[in-house]
Amino acid sequence: MAGRVGIVAASSTKFEAAKPYDHLMDLVVEVTDKVVEAAGINLKDDVEAVVSCSQDFWDGRTISSMPIPDAVCSHLKDESKVAGDGAYAVLYGAMHILSGDNKLILVVSHTEESITDGTMIENWSIDHIYHRWLGLDYTMGAAMQARRYMDKYKVTPEQFAKVVVKNKGNALKNKLAQEAMELTVDQVLKSKMLADPITALQKKPVSDGACAMILASEEVAKKLTPNPVWITGVGNYYEHHNLGDRDLAECDALIKSAKRAYKMAGIKNPAKDLDLVELSEYYAPQELLWSEGLGLCGRGEGGKLIDSGKTQLKGEIPVNPSGGLLSGVPINVAGMARVAEAVWQLQGKAGDHQIQGAKRAVAHGCDGLAGQMHCVLVLEKGGK
Amino acid sequence: MANRVAIVGIGQTTHSGRRPYVNDGELIYDAATKALEDAGLTINDMEAVMAGNMDFFEGHHLNDAMLNLYSGAAGRPGFKMNTGGTVGTMTAIQGWYHIASGLYDLVLVIGWEKHDEGLVTPAISTITDPAVDRHFLVGAIGGLATVSVAYMQRSGCKLEHAAMVRANSSQAAHRNPNAHMREIYSVEDVMNARMVMYPLNLLMCCPTSLGATAMVLASESKAKKICKKPVWMKDHVTVHVEYGGAQFGIGEKRWTSHMEAGARLFKRNHITKPMVETQVFEMYDPFAFAIPMWLEDFLVCEPNEGWKHVEKGDLKLEGSYPVSPSGGVLCTNSIGDSAILRVAEAALQVRGDGGEHQVTREVKQALASGFGGSYWSDLLLLSKTMD
Repeated sequence: MAGRVGIVAASSTKFEAAKPYDHLMDLVVEVTDKVVEAAGINLKDDVEAVVSCSQDFWDGRTISSMPIPDAVCSHLKDESKVAGDGAYAVLYGAMHILSGDNKLILVVSHTEESITDGTMIENWSIDHIYHRWLGLDYTMGAAMQARRYMDKYKVTPEQFAKVVVKNKGNALKNKLAQEAMELTVDQVLKSKMLADPITALQKKPVSDGACAMILASEEVAKKLTPNPVWITGVGNYYEHHNLGDRDLAECDALIKSAKRAYKMAGIKNPAKDLDLVELSEYYAPQELLWSEGLGLCGRGEGGKLIDSGKTQLKGEIPVNPSGGLLSGVPINVAGMARVAEAVWQLQGKAGDHQIQGAKRAVAHGCDGLAGQMHCVLVLEKGGK
Repeated sequence: MANRVAIVGIGQTTHSGRRPYVNDGELIYDAATKALEDAGLTINDMEAVMAGNMDFFEGHHLNDAMLNLYSGAAGRPGFKMNTGGTVGTMTAIQGWYHIASGLYDLVLVIGWEKHDEGLVTPAISTITDPAVDRHFLVGAIGGLATVSVAYMQRSGCKLEHAAMVRANSSQAAHRNPNAHMREIYSVEDVMNARMVMYPLNLLMCCPTSLGATAMVLASESKAKKICKKPVWMKDHVTVHVEYGGAQFGIGEKRWTSHMEAGARLFKRNHITKPMVETQVFEMYDPFAFAIPMWLEDFLVCEPNEGWKHVEKGDLKLEGSYPVSPSGGVLCTNSIGDSAILRVAEAALQVRGDGGEHQVTREVKQALASGFGGSYWSDLLLLSKTMD
């Protein structure tokens, strides 16, 4: 990359199954206030531009960013909304800085999944000529993906269940997490079957919340904080939409995204070079598949990876030490929350689930049927 | 210092009110193919593809991903912006950021809308807060009728001037083969149209259209290599304001988003006489009063002079400062496509490729604007030369 983009501070609400007494903008105000305080800046004078992230369908409102300028005090400023996962908003914010247009910007995402019917929205994202009328939703897409993955690489439901045990267990140490619990593989497998092999505990719970961060140019970031986190590599790609146009046991878009990001950041062996990974597993099997895509293990070895214990909180390459999406993070906020968790880890502010001495992390965001679009960000602390 | 960005390929579909045998993906494919042909490139040359529109109008969630086989984004980088009416200009600006950041050299940006597959006004009505005021505001016309009345009171502009604007637009659109409403209307025809909400009658409001526009954007080094007539995206400004009544800028201390956008753009580019230093303005003009009123608001002309320029015929295609020589949004309004179409049409004018609707004045620099949200403003400056 041409220059370095620094993340000065990040903030998040507590994630909850429902926040019936909070308007969406209450969440945005909460995370904006928190992040501005953490960065030690003045919202009105210092923030030059705002990149927001939300979706019209999830908010039930065309132009879901309508109330954002009010909530973030950006009267007559540049505000633009990414209609996709939060990781893309961080990427777009980084582009603002890299282009030299802005020196300090606010990035914010919000979603209250509890106010709507997610299954219906997922179905509306599926092509309206051939497949929508089959009633497909993300759970069915993930189930087909898991089945194909099992068939091709002999990964087992027990290995999927181990992901849930690990992530919801990690969440016990994360104060922001919504669903933290001690589970056994058996309990996960015996929870209600949604779409074989996905059981209820293997699906990300419905969640409400928001997330924000302050991005700055190298010069400004260094002035504001002694421990800025640098975005040193980015990559994002789309998969084909039709499930029949791709091999669901593979994740080409993620592999390409990771390759591009790693090349920029000079990462040759991700399993060794990274200290932790925060990825977007909307369903448990996806953590194994995405781990392969991110190069943490070889193709088809996702199952062995979870068996090896390397991805545990105290393992060689912890995956989702925060508890990941399975511990409850709203869609759209998901990718940005992964970035935020990685930032806190690198700043040494993660709390009870802190990975000691973490220097380099990957945050991954995705959205769409069976993970149709992927965004990978490499984050580092220190350096020249 | 940002990498410079040029428009090296332009393509648009024909626009119309109904095309039941064409789907949204095909519209996107049509525009994208034309832009690539214009650039002399293929989709394989594109490093990233971005497609933007407003999800609610056709009722498709994540439609950038859904239609990525048509846009060419499948297997490529890209993501979607959605800022309402300004989404077209925002997608062009998003392309600009992709290149200016140094991350990409060649990108394809697309805007589209297919209004015959949904109802516009019910969808627009959901811009308001569900808990507070969704029951009051119906569509976009309420606010725009209000600012029109305020403008008439403030400036001395008469209903006839708005009719003149619409008559001019119809003359321009008649010469634009891609425009939707190409019928010629006289001032009298416009005055006799059915009133919708005073002072806006049916012909003074934009139609609901369908269509798509695509542009290929390139970095400086690439543009110089592959393009004989690059159009430089010299600068862009985005101004959003909070939602509520105040943003419409009614009252004595008016300072609207358009004013801020104009002030910022002209100051940064050392433009002191916009009507001299820029030669054409493709304005997002969704209602007839927009042209005189917003010409003032963008600080292009003096306050209360906009309608006088209309009266003198300055803003016609052959006039001294042509505004929306394509016929503008008044004649073609496929919302997700409307704003990017302004940029594309302005670029065609800079290139001299406007065809029958090329303005008579020589164009060195052009303005293009986007409008949407709660009186949000995007303003772009295009130029034949880099400096």
